[in-house]
Amino acid sequence: MTTPGVDDAVREQHPGTDRRLHPITPLRRAWAPVAVLIGWAVHDPDQAQRQLTRLTTTTLLLALAILLPAAALYGFLTWWFTHFAVTDSELRIRTGLVFRRTAHIRLERIQAIDVTQPLLARVAGVAKLKLDVIGADKKDELAFLGAEEARTLRAELLARAAGFAPETAHEIGEAPSQQLLRVPPRVLAVSLLLTGATWGTLAAAVVVPTVLWLTTESPWTVLATAIPLIGAAGASSVGRFVTEYDWTVGQSQDGLRIDHGLLDRAHETVPPGRVQTVRIIEPLLWRRRGWVRVELNVAGSSNSLLLPVAPREVAEAVVARVLPGVTVPDRAALSRPPRRAAWCMPLWWRGYGLTITDAVFAARTGVFRRSLALVPHAKVQSVRLTQGPWERLWGLADVHVDTGANKTVTARLRPTQDAANLLHSQSERSRTGRRVAAPDRWMS
Amino acid sequence: METGSPENTGTARDERAGAEPEWTGLPPGLLRMRRLLLVVWLGLLAIGLAVLLGLLAGPSWTAFALLPLALMAWGWVMLGRNWRSWRYAERADDLLISRGVLWREETVVPYGRMQLVEVTSGPVERHFGLASVQLHTAAAATDATIPGLDPAEAERLRDRLTELGEARSAGL
Repeated sequence: MTTPGVDDAVREQHPGTDRRLHPITPLRRAWAPVAVLIGWAVHDPDQAQRQLTRLTTTTLLLALAILLPAAALYGFLTWWFTHFAVTDSELRIRTGLVFRRTAHIRLERIQAIDVTQPLLARVAGVAKLKLDVIGADKKDELAFLGAEEARTLRAELLARAAGFAPETAHEIGEAPSQQLLRVPPRVLAVSLLLTGATWGTLAAAVVVPTVLWLTTESPWTVLATAIPLIGAAGASSVGRFVTEYDWTVGQSQDGLRIDHGLLDRAHETVPPGRVQTVRIIEPLLWRRRGWVRVELNVAGSSNSLLLPVAPREVAEAVVARVLPGVTVPDRAALSRPPRRAAWCMPLWWRGYGLTITDAVFAARTGVFRRSLALVPHAKVQSVRLTQGPWERLWGLADVHVDTGANKTVTARLRPTQDAANLLHSQSERSRTGRRVAAPDRWMS
Repeated sequence: METGSPENTGTARDERAGAEPEWTGLPPGLLRMRRLLLVVWLGLLAIGLAVLLGLLAGPSWTAFALLPLALMAWGWVMLGRNWRSWRYAERADDLLISRGVLWREETVVPYGRMQLVEVTSGPVERHFGLASVQLHTAAAATDATIPGLDPAEAERLRDRLTELGEARSAGL
């Protein structure tokens, strides 16, 4: 449960003192042995039945008497040996009972901070803090903290990362957030109904087991194919609805706030200037309504969705906040490959487009599902030109732009001379673009 | 902004206007190594094939051993073309690498984006006195490797790139 005094307690603490996670933490691993047992029982029901009949009451009690205290002790000890501390420039996490691990996370390297609350954690009033850092494969997380403590800690980390003086970092608290957009559940539902993937997976889940039943008539094969297919269909429709439910985007000084989720609530923060690429996706059936989906890539972060569905003008306004100084180029501004590109890529060549503005490199792909990728010049790591033999015959070449989030944006089938010029002018722009870009500590 | 290479002083703008940068090719050591490896492996294969066929199927079948030899001749030419296609240019602010005959690829890496410069040399390469320089940026897709350099040249390049990278350093 949330302790009422936690907020004050956090403020009173000196920077650099060790803190512990919420005392409920040991319980989060308590269900693991149970899950293993259930999984084994489901996997092999006959064997499980036989083993169960062999168990007598005494052995059962004995096992419980040993297992439960052991699990409790393990949980308690891992909790007891986990500390974290916030210093002026770092977040230090020490964990590990047998293998000690100390992580020092430099605050200006933090790309994003998420507060997530799985369903059970919401009931218990605790939250998980996840940190995205460049170069780390997995997210460092602090699980669990009191919900209120997680919020204050996130605010403090962001304030310090933004370059506020250490003494005032506590007092700033959570920066006020101004709501930019909220996706109504009805719009989200309609948008999912208008997505091909939803219907595709549903159709597959219905058709494939039926056909299999008619041809093989073996219930096991049907079940073995139907279960994963239904799972995929559920994930692409209901699952998406549940995670993208009540999607709210807010603007605050420490970055963009994204809150979403029906059962598991997640609160993500994307600090300004960390976005490497933005993709504006326009599925065929959404076009009449003027809706788009916006995805983004942040180095070292797995969050990739900015807006599940929004009207185009609203989406462009939000993109302008994520990439300051960028206006989304107009459709008419995109130049298509020359007509001879049809020899390299029949029909689909019409989907390609490219434009370069003062701030971004913008490349479009796709005929039915149009996707426009924007890369700010300052985020370009390297530029490559490639040309295969067939492309050279037609005097065409591809230009690839590599960004720090391991995403490559490609402008396909440009005329060779244009592509060569583009290669050099783009590397020049990305070099100079860096000088005008915002500093890492964006408040100092 | 000061310009890096003495030969190219003040030519950054001219280069953009279309003048060719100063390209450097690879030393012949790499070509020698690759051709030698080709000849050794395919030669062994041809001899093995000839002996086996001659013993098992009859002397006239040994003609099939000419197949690896033809492959060797073709590979000899291909290796030469590929080797000639590799070249790099150190410009004032970025490194250019161009390679490939049929599948051409040209990479530009601004010095400021380099995170790490590596000099590697395997046992075979070391025997032939060769080393490769590999550039890493924050993007894994950046595939900027210059193989088969003279070790001294590789080290010079590494030091120079590191120095330029520091001078023009930029974050992500």
